[in-house]
Order: sequence, then structure tokens, then C-alpha cells
Amino acid sequence: MAEENKVSLHGFFASPYVRRVDLALKFKGIPYEYVEEDLKNKSSLLLKYNPVHKKVPVLVHNGKPIVESLVILEYIDETWKNGPRFLPEDPYKRAQIRFWASFVHQQVFENMVLILKTDGEAQEKTVKEVSEKLSLLEEGIKSIFPEGIPIINQENVGLLDILIVSTFGSYKAQEEVLGLKLIDPEKTSPLLFSRLKALLELHVVKGALPPHEKVVGALKFMRQNALNSASV
Amino acid sequence: MGEEVVLFGTRGSPYTCRIEIALKLKGVQYKYIDEDLANKSPSLLKYNPVHKKVPVLVHNGKPVLESLVILEYIDETWQGYPILPEDPYERATARFWAKFIDEKCFPAIFKSCWGEEKEREKAVEEVSVVLKILEDELKEKKFFGGENVGLVDIVAVVIGFSLGVYEEAARVELLNKEKLPRLCNWIDDFLSNSFIKESLPPRDKLIAYLRNRFRSGNASK
Repeated sequence: MAEENKVSLHGFFASPYVRRVDLALKFKGIPYEYVEEDLKNKSSLLLKYNPVHKKVPVLVHNGKPIVESLVILEYIDETWKNGPRFLPEDPYKRAQIRFWASFVHQQVFENMVLILKTDGEAQEKTVKEVSEKLSLLEEGIKSIFPEGIPIINQENVGLLDILIVSTFGSYKAQEEVLGLKLIDPEKTSPLLFSRLKALLELHVVKGALPPHEKVVGALKFMRQNALNSASV
Repeated sequence: MGEEVVLFGTRGSPYTCRIEIALKLKGVQYKYIDEDLANKSPSLLKYNPVHKKVPVLVHNGKPVLESLVILEYIDETWQGYPILPEDPYERATARFWAKFIDEKCFPAIFKSCWGEEKEREKAVEEVSVVLKILEDELKEKKFFGGENVGLVDIVAVVIGFSLGVYEEAARVELLNKEKLPRLCNWIDDFLSNSFIKESLPPRDKLIAYLRNRFRSGNASK
């Protein structure tokens, strides 16, 4: 690999998409420079690196930008082969993990964002949908680990773990702002919840998640904005 | 080694088409099962209980779902023709454009032809924007994959084939030949590729089907 390995991450502290990349870099022990972007006033560098979507996260490796969080995660895994491998060797297991990672990304997380941005009946409907998706996810986790989930440690975290932490890691803040529980640890999501709790104990994760109050503040702000612009 | 590869799909679906192209490029023998989406087979529902959708690739009894996931699986399982490049940065670039086509291009193309009337004009504009982005990305390359068809080209069947079919079926113009010369050349090269040709559904049948499905009668979907 190239001796000169300059890595920077353009992000926004409250973005779970950015969180994914941040976690990945930390799990692999890759030194990087973090650049906080003001999303209302995007830097010219960000616009140069991501002209198509103009969004964070952007990973810049030796001057070359990579965008889209899931694409970045695979890039990191393929480029830095030390540390935990985010995807297993076996193509079928890889396909399963990719499927469920995409499921969490599109089916679960995007709906959770909707829950934050709506209220009343619309919100209720989406809450139900997320609950259904979480049931499916629970089955999915069982199918990936038919012999039971191995004990998690910093050497065996995978792609799906990164998705789980970035999506659900701030669940307490989410619950506080929304006034409702999204993950049901007893009925719907025992496996997911126990995996999440184990991940939250990891040193890297503790260091990566922003403090509770900061997340609550960011979520409240996003919710207010969305509800204000929605009301006519 | 006894190997069984089954593809559940629907003729006319660009998502199914992608998988056929990939399997043919790799020279994989497979059995194709056409699904009637209004009347899904018990096999399909067993293999894809989560989304109940096509395509599903079943390899030695194990199902793989989601067209982009299936394409990567095919590339990793069967050697020979490379669908993704070797270099991690080029792979990331290919994955980025594949997602772009799926998330930004195809929905706009579909909406501009078959969406609600009030959405169509805006969608037509969006199509013009995203096609221009692809035009610029193509640069001097013959295919998005370079000299040969790669992941992005396969995913771009929605532009190489579906776009033209939808234009004709819906009588909407989306491809401006003056503004998009490279893309038009790409479409010609795409449609000339023998493996791709073999994988495409019959054009006239598809046009008739689309007109019937989306335009016949009036109002309700």
C-alpha cells in the first residue's frame, strides 16, 4: 500500500451517515483529519469533492474523494486490510450482510428519520412500519448467525454492526425527543438490542458517539424545523 | 461439481435484465423462471419473504436478493469476466454510479413517463439533469466500465434499453441527441453487445404491455 496515506473525513457531528465512516476508521485504527462542515454554508472543498450530491460524509484518501456511506465503508475495508474485516470472506455471507446493511440503511433508518420529522397520524403509521421492519431485521440477524451471535469485540465488528451502532446508538436520545420507544428489547428486537448493548460497551464506540445532550439538541432542532416547514 | 443456479424474474423488468446480462457475461448456466407478479409463486415467497420481489438468484438452494447485491455476488462467485474493477478506488466509483442510476435516474425516468400527470413535467426536467451528469461522467470512455461493459453499464440497462422503450410507449421525449452525444453513442454500443442483446426482452411486446398497464382506461392505477 502507498506509504503516504493521507485521510480526511468531511462530516457533520449529528449525521449518522458520517458516524458510520467515523466508526469504520476508528475500528481500523486509521489516522485521519476530521473536517466539520456547516451544512448551511458548505465549504468549496466539499462542493468540489461531491459535486453530484453535495453531501457529507466525504472520505478523501490521498486527494481522491469517495462518497456515499456504504460505498465508503466497503472502500475502507478493501483498502486497509488490517484490523477487523467488515465483510466476511464467503460470497454468500457477504451477500447476506450487504442485504441487511442496505435494509437497515433504506428500510429502517430512512423511516426513523420520517418519524422524527412527522407527527400525528403520519408519524403513527411510520412507527408501525418501523416496528415491522425491525421484526424482519431480527429474523435476518438470526439467519446470518444460525449458530448464535459470536461475542463482539474490536477485532470482529462487521459492516452490519457499524450500521446498527450508527442507527440505534443514540436510542436514548431518540426516545427522549420522540417520547416513544423505537426498539422493543423484549418482544420485537431481543437480538438486536443485546447486540447494540454489547457494541455500546466497546471502547471505540464510546469514544465515537457524541454526548447525549448534544444529540438531543440536534434531534429537537431537526424535528422543529421539519414540523414548522410542514405546517401550512 | 453439481451446481444449480435459478433466477426468478419478470421479463421486462430492468432489474431482472441486469442479472441475466451478468450471468451471460460470466458464462453461467442458469434456469430462468418468469414470475407473474400478480400471482407470485410459493417458491418466490419462500426465497424472498422480506420483500417478495424479483429478481431472486438461487444458487444451490440459497437465495440472494436485491439486484446490486446479486451482481456483486455473481462477480465474487464466478471467475472469468470481471464485472467490477480490481482497484478499490475504481470499485468505489463504480458502486457510486450504480447507486446514482438506481436512486436518481431510474425513478425520474419512470415518473416522467408513467407518474401522476402533475409530477411528470418536473420529472422530465430531473431526467435531463441526471442524464447530463452521466454524459459528463462517460468522458472519452466507450463504456462506463472503460473498454468493456462493467457494473455501471449493466445497471444502466435502464438507460440503455428501458429509456428508449418508455419514450416510445409513453410518447415522451427524454433523450436529447444534441445535448447528450456521448450517451447516445454509449446506448448504441450497449445495444450492440451480444450478451446484452440476448438478455433484453422483446421491445414491441414490452411497449404494448407498458401502454396497457399504465395508459389503458383512465384514472386509477
